[in-house]
Amino acid sequence: MAHAAPDTAHHGHDDHHDHAPGFVSRWLFSTNHKDIGTLYILFSVVAACVGVTLSVLMRIELQEPGMQIFSGGQAWNAMVSAHGLVMVFFVVMPALIGGFGNWFVPIMIGAPDMAFPRLNNISFWLIVPAFMLLVSSMFVGQGAGAGWTIYPPLSDSTYQSGPSMDMALFALHLAGASSILGAANFITTIFNMRAPGMTLHKMPLFVWAMLVTAFLLLLSVPVLGGAITMLITDRNFGTSFFKPEGGGDPVLFQHLFWFFGHPEVYIMILPAFGIVSHILSTFSRKPIFGYLGMAYAMVAIGVVGFVVWAHHMFTSGISVDTRAYFMAATMIIAVPTGIKIFSWIATMWGGSLDFRTPMLYAIGFVFLFTVGGVTGVKLANAGVTVILHNTYYVIAHFHYVLSLGAVFGIYAGFYYWIGKMSGYQYPEFWGKVQFWTTFVGVNITFFPMHFLGAQGMPRRYPDYPDAFAGWNLVASIGSYISALSFLLFIWVVVLTFLRKEKAAANPWGEGATTLEWQVSSPPPFHTFEELPHIR
Amino acid sequence: MLRIFSKAGALWAALGLMLLSGGGAFAQSPAPTPGGEALGAPQPWGLGLQEAFGPVKAAIHDFNDLVLYIIIAITIFVAGLLAYVMWRYAAVRSPNPSRTSHNTVLEIAWTVVPVLILLVIAIPSFRLIYYEDRARDADMTVNVQGRQWYWHYEYPDNGSFAFDSYPVPEGELRPGQLRNLSVDNPLVIPVGATVRVLTTGHDVIHSFFVPSLGVQKYTIPGRTLETWFRADREGTFYGQCNQICGNNHWFMPIAVRAVPRAEFDTWAAEAKTKFAQGTGPGWPERDRATSVAAADTPSVEARR
Repeated sequence: MAHAAPDTAHHGHDDHHDHAPGFVSRWLFSTNHKDIGTLYILFSVVAACVGVTLSVLMRIELQEPGMQIFSGGQAWNAMVSAHGLVMVFFVVMPALIGGFGNWFVPIMIGAPDMAFPRLNNISFWLIVPAFMLLVSSMFVGQGAGAGWTIYPPLSDSTYQSGPSMDMALFALHLAGASSILGAANFITTIFNMRAPGMTLHKMPLFVWAMLVTAFLLLLSVPVLGGAITMLITDRNFGTSFFKPEGGGDPVLFQHLFWFFGHPEVYIMILPAFGIVSHILSTFSRKPIFGYLGMAYAMVAIGVVGFVVWAHHMFTSGISVDTRAYFMAATMIIAVPTGIKIFSWIATMWGGSLDFRTPMLYAIGFVFLFTVGGVTGVKLANAGVTVILHNTYYVIAHFHYVLSLGAVFGIYAGFYYWIGKMSGYQYPEFWGKVQFWTTFVGVNITFFPMHFLGAQGMPRRYPDYPDAFAGWNLVASIGSYISALSFLLFIWVVVLTFLRKEKAAANPWGEGATTLEWQVSSPPPFHTFEELPHIR
Repeated sequence: MLRIFSKAGALWAALGLMLLSGGGAFAQSPAPTPGGEALGAPQPWGLGLQEAFGPVKAAIHDFNDLVLYIIIAITIFVAGLLAYVMWRYAAVRSPNPSRTSHNTVLEIAWTVVPVLILLVIAIPSFRLIYYEDRARDADMTVNVQGRQWYWHYEYPDNGSFAFDSYPVPEGELRPGQLRNLSVDNPLVIPVGATVRVLTTGHDVIHSFFVPSLGVQKYTIPGRTLETWFRADREGTFYGQCNQICGNNHWFMPIAVRAVPRAEFDTWAAEAKTKFAQGTGPGWPERDRATSVAAADTPSVEARR
């Protein structure tokens, strides 16, 4: 291992261990889980450039009262909708599931590859046209301006005429198909391809997280598919699933959307849970505290996550008894989440903490996810959500769990694994600078949104009453810092590949115990010629 | 430039305040308005919920305070644990990690204690949603309909008149009117009356949302939804459409005007005839006396 692969560049054409195919067949027709994972990560970075640009445009618009840069409400609505869809479907999911999931699930369970390599390839190549459709929908006609929740009647052809909304819906269909295929692949791989001795209860927590995530995808995305198919036929073929004048019901769409949409938020956060668990354990040089509790907390979150969807609909006129049920069910999710938070702290307790960049991101994740979690407990209460629903309080809440939770998970995973994936270690100094600018930036952006929301500022507004000006300015400044930190991230990536500092097979020491640290950095094209045996 | 500097000053003051308040949503008292009338509107640099001017909102405040203190305590507790762990178990102070990975008592404790905390929250929470749900003995009913992009109000109990409520464009604002909040015809109600609100949809979904009265309900095509509120003080309570509804989603504010019963009756009688003729009475008598007189002043510059 000491002399491992001196010349294994990332596009490694002459690897010592094995022969990799040429460029076209390697990257366009790829069936290798590591290459597909790399493609997903690259794709996610490209999509993030679009998503971050959109959010900066939004913050420029909101920096001061009055219309600044947008021509009108429809252009604004199209932009906020695209921001949401890009971030959810083309940044967070590809990075965490397609990227890190593809890269590390097979290695961690000691499998030579994913169960269905060609399915894996088509999963990736479905998401590229999906992204192109969604981005072009912003530039066709008036744009698809119904919010990422695309509630009819606003998303009907009467109110969003032209092909733009249809393009966005097709983009969702393609992204959904990609997710379903990926989920089937992960489930099959994890159930059938574990190395001898790798029982379910010995599986690394990231694999557990991906298993639960894959089930959530498999069960929830088809419901979204059904809902948007009905929306497409309502728009184009004269059906009236969601049109009251034809006997349909707009609220039905909300139920279907959120039956998908709520598990979706756990789909985005569970892989980050897994990554953070590994990092905290590695850099505390201690095993995970309460491993089984951690694994089954994720299972519990996944299961309960399916029966809480209508808490997004507390003001949609569902009956008071229904609200009472969904309120109670939602609050129950706080219990497994609390188990995870406290187990993470207990993992660090008594350890020997090394504050490298991934560890900073993981600790930041635990704290900021707690902040986003407790505001979630507040929003679970229908009584107070009456005045917080659709306000910036909700924006603050879900950006704390996603923009500061899932995205911190992505950054943490990137710094943790970039040495393993590329063979080059990132520059520690710049990594830390990047962490602190991100941490400061996102908090200045999103914390003031709690105040705006409590004061009643509605979401999806390009212009607002003058009283909201102060905190909006602060949030805008914060978002510029966050955007800078994203550019800094690109700089760190560039620096990593320019410096070519060789990463050892295990750069993190005795705390890193999972299988990916047993193979070289980067791993050979075919990871395991012989299956490892797990004691 | 000057504006930027004054903003920066306010920014630092507010950041300090934010730290002191622990980011809490404490109720803000708005500046007193002339005549001692209540003003339900957002406040500059406001941190917490808009002041409560009705029983529903007051109940929300009580509950919100309880939950807020609990979640601030939890956040501080977790932050404290993290800070301690990061200090005490940093590699320099703790070179030899333990191998502990189980503690059954601890694990049961951090499962059971959150359940108990949730029970403390849930009991008043259930009480609150059943209280908010619908008016037991409504004094009057108002039908509210959101339309692209204005509000349509109907008074079935007061002679069944109806009218539209449009926002005041920026160029036509009078002194004292609030940009993006003031409307031509407010929803007028008597002080102290329990108002049943029935919302219906017209085109797309909108949301009738008045924070200081603690009321929000979607207006959904094909459905009639019910909620209620009561204003305990004379005054004006502003809100905005709170469900994305197209191009002017941001420009369909709501103004609820609470006046004494007698004044309301006069307004309603006048409204019934005038709205039938298509010329609305607009704001109740007293407002027009005060604000129309000053309408000649160029308002936008003055306000800025």
